[in-house]
Amino acid sequence: LTSHPEAIIVLPRHKIMKMSVLQEINPNVRNMKPLEYSILAGRLSQIKEELRQGVKKPYQEVLDVYMGDPHKGGVKPLSFVRQVLAACLYPQLVNSSKLPADVRQRAQRLLGRCDGGSVGSYTATRGIPETLIRVSEFITRRDGGVPSNPENIFLSPGSQWSLSILHVLLNPESSPRNGVLSPVPCHNTTTMSVTGLGAVVVPYYLSEEQGWELQVEELHRAMESAKGVCNPIALYIVNPGNPDGHVQSRKSMQEVIRFVSERKLFLLADEVYQDYVFGENSEFVSYKRVLSEMGPPLSDTVELASFHSASKGWMGECGLRTGYMELVNLDPAVMKHIFTMFSTDTCAPVLGQIALDLMLNPPQPGEPSYPLYHMETQNIKNTLAGNGKRAVEVVNSLPGLCCQPLEGGAFAFPKVYLPPSFIQKAKEAGLEPDTFYCSRLLDEAGLLVGPGTEYGQKEGTYHIRFCILTSAEIMEEVLTRLTCFHKQFMKDFS
Amino acid sequence: PQLRLSQAANGVPCRGKVLTVDNMNPRVKKVEYAVRGPVVQRAVQIEKELREGVKKPFTEVIKANIGDAHAMGQKPITFFRQVLAMCSYPELLKDNMFPEDAKQRARRILEACGGHSIGAYSASQGIECIRQDVARYIEKRDGGIASNPDNIYLSTGASDAIVTILKLLVRGEGCDRTGVMISIPQYPLYSAAITDLGAVQVHYYLDEANCWSLDVAELRRALNAARQHCNPRVLCIINPGNPTGQVQSRQCIEDVIRFVKEEHLFLMADEVYQDNVYAEGCKFQSFKKVLFEMGPEYSSTVEMASFHSTSKCYMGECGFRGGYMEVINMDPEVKAQLTKLVSVRLCPPVSGQALMDLVVNPPQPDEPSYTTFMKERTAVLAELAEKARLTEQILNTVPGITCNPVQGAMYSFPRITLPQKAIDKAKEAGHIPDMFYCMKLLEEEGICLVPGSGFGQREGTFHFRMTILPPTEKLKVLLQRLRDFHQRFTQEFS
Repeated sequence: LTSHPEAIIVLPRHKIMKMSVLQEINPNVRNMKPLEYSILAGRLSQIKEELRQGVKKPYQEVLDVYMGDPHKGGVKPLSFVRQVLAACLYPQLVNSSKLPADVRQRAQRLLGRCDGGSVGSYTATRGIPETLIRVSEFITRRDGGVPSNPENIFLSPGSQWSLSILHVLLNPESSPRNGVLSPVPCHNTTTMSVTGLGAVVVPYYLSEEQGWELQVEELHRAMESAKGVCNPIALYIVNPGNPDGHVQSRKSMQEVIRFVSERKLFLLADEVYQDYVFGENSEFVSYKRVLSEMGPPLSDTVELASFHSASKGWMGECGLRTGYMELVNLDPAVMKHIFTMFSTDTCAPVLGQIALDLMLNPPQPGEPSYPLYHMETQNIKNTLAGNGKRAVEVVNSLPGLCCQPLEGGAFAFPKVYLPPSFIQKAKEAGLEPDTFYCSRLLDEAGLLVGPGTEYGQKEGTYHIRFCILTSAEIMEEVLTRLTCFHKQFMKDFS
Repeated sequence: PQLRLSQAANGVPCRGKVLTVDNMNPRVKKVEYAVRGPVVQRAVQIEKELREGVKKPFTEVIKANIGDAHAMGQKPITFFRQVLAMCSYPELLKDNMFPEDAKQRARRILEACGGHSIGAYSASQGIECIRQDVARYIEKRDGGIASNPDNIYLSTGASDAIVTILKLLVRGEGCDRTGVMISIPQYPLYSAAITDLGAVQVHYYLDEANCWSLDVAELRRALNAARQHCNPRVLCIINPGNPTGQVQSRQCIEDVIRFVKEEHLFLMADEVYQDNVYAEGCKFQSFKKVLFEMGPEYSSTVEMASFHSTSKCYMGECGFRGGYMEVINMDPEVKAQLTKLVSVRLCPPVSGQALMDLVVNPPQPDEPSYTTFMKERTAVLAELAEKARLTEQILNTVPGITCNPVQGAMYSFPRITLPQKAIDKAKEAGHIPDMFYCMKLLEEEGICLVPGSGFGQREGTFHFRMTILPPTEKLKVLLQRLRDFHQRFTQEFS
């Protein structure tokens, strides 16, 4: 600044005092890619405020189908679940005739398993012991009898599972850095967590033209690409896929299992959308089941973590923030450390644990709540299938939009053709082209969807993601607004 | 490193494991959390044995290890549970069993939720109107000092927020590695998080001879010593203290603030026990309030975060995992990184957010629920104060045990004198002496406490932490048995 030996550099006081130098924070956090969502969320707030102030717009309220959030999308909570939760919260309801008998019995039983009979106490680290047994029984039933040990089950605060298992898997001091193979496209919380822990995301591309199928050759290519960059130690897979909606075939899953075994990778199987399967020839089968059916040595050696969540299923209780993970074939010494890590966060929210218990142990025929429960869940199931069909139909009827057949999951992820003139405009605005598309869609049609950039996509392609787990009315409105906007968009920019 | 030949549960040798104790994240291996450590694990086993009919010198284990009030029989606040029950099952809003002020709060909360359901995700920083309520509460509590809702981050208990801030700040290599100053003794979440993040723990000793007070000279000593081998950037302080219960004096708080300003440290003020103040002459004052009363030289420069939770105080709702932090004077760019970081875990449990809203927005004098609410709140705090006094009094009658006054929080942390023979015996067996003491106490008397070594203590001293939460009669039994045990123990090893 100056070569005079006695020069004093005077900085404004606040500049010295604040941690304003960005390199002062954890570089792993800095390296986490910021969400495209934050750009759109800012605009969303503004628009909501403008609407509140009576500013005239072509719409009266914004439709937000960005997240996989059924309740926000108009799907009603399940009565049985909410009644039990209410009785657990306010136990006087257990003795009142306002609630059905089976609701009251369940609440009583569940409260009996809580210390002090209150949902306000902490539970055991991995979760309420009887609930862990219920979870393992559910898994066994679901998997056609494949045994499940409650000792291997951990209930966690929603996507916090990543904090425990990734935390243990990824060594921040390793050189070369650890890598996690991750699908493209993929919802971003896991990839952000991997980066945040100082590890490398190694992408493997799903084949869009083949309905977002996973081709094992692509896994081989991904491993090759990691050479000299990082040391891959895990493979993350989402089935049914988010955002792609593909449901893996058994054959494909077997290929993945053989692959992880050969390449010595830990398998992370995110199966939270397992209830959402509506494709004609699709069927969900768990990685654990496929692994077990492949027999030894694979079934005894492949290390697997499977995940499920109270945020999904027919309950859709995203706000409760609870899920579970089942660990298979892990070294017992490592399990001890995983347990210790878990214990520092004490336990998963108790209401969420209870909801999970109910989700995996719904009312049975003959019980008073069964008819309503069955009707509500069937309704949601049918609506989802209907929405999926309708979404693909409408989207594929629009020029420049193309959606692969949806087999399952909670989203549609159509490809959007963006004309060069639009891409240029996006560059000028300093935005990714699909984010720019989404921001215009938000402004002009009051519809909030996610840009493909958020999830990853092949270079030069663009996509949007929107949730289809909504009420039928909201889905129709979403599609109407999208149609109207997109037709105009194609006119304006072709 | 030698390959460990352990066996998996199914008998297959673990030599070929992908994830082993040798290649897992080495930091996780070093993490400990005494509050749920070996003594507690043994207590759980013993409870199981008792249930199975095994004969023991006691019929139940008295668990005084964890700050879980409901588990020990404390009742929830009626008003809170009424509102939460209605939030869960809004049909109850039509029912006349609940008062109007509870209904009004439930409606307001539901209005702010996506799809009017607590099952929808919220914004990752937390529901906006709740953050506004929190800000108003802080303003009221701190005599009118302004609080900006944008600086409020709702969290999954205070622990989540504490770990998030540390995650943000820990960086650097070798001598530049972030040092985190924390008291000895401390709540072991801090040491666990520091270990897990690979930060350097810089401890400052609280002064046992002076009621566990904090001396700035000691802070300075610790800091200067630490600067030789790391880059101290954060000072953590728990007020009221855990495990010590001391309530900082106004003078002390000012001294700490001056210290962090001089030394350019980020201040983390853990204030989760802010309503738990019992001793005459002691008063809770928030760090923020004192900061602002010290004038703009400090209030516009010192960077800090304060933490609160729904788990303690008079609510004791641990199972809800509700909490918040308020960040003060954080650089906007760093704050943007913080906002990005919290978005990875999507959002805190909505029921916990709702509960926090009620804590900061309780019944007012002109509302129907006020009388009952105040009666319940006063009763809980009065009982805790009485138990604090009782604990201190009885423990101080035991030769070999000295207990500082329990000024606040929920614990006592008495010093125990162990005969040299006992210390030697423990060391021979490879145990830490106070762990040996606590294990013996558990086996012989069925009392579960946490050894002082889990919290940190001066070399050559021994302590244990016990909660003051068991119901008064049970607490008396506990203290009596403890007295008998200590006398026996001293004799046995004399």
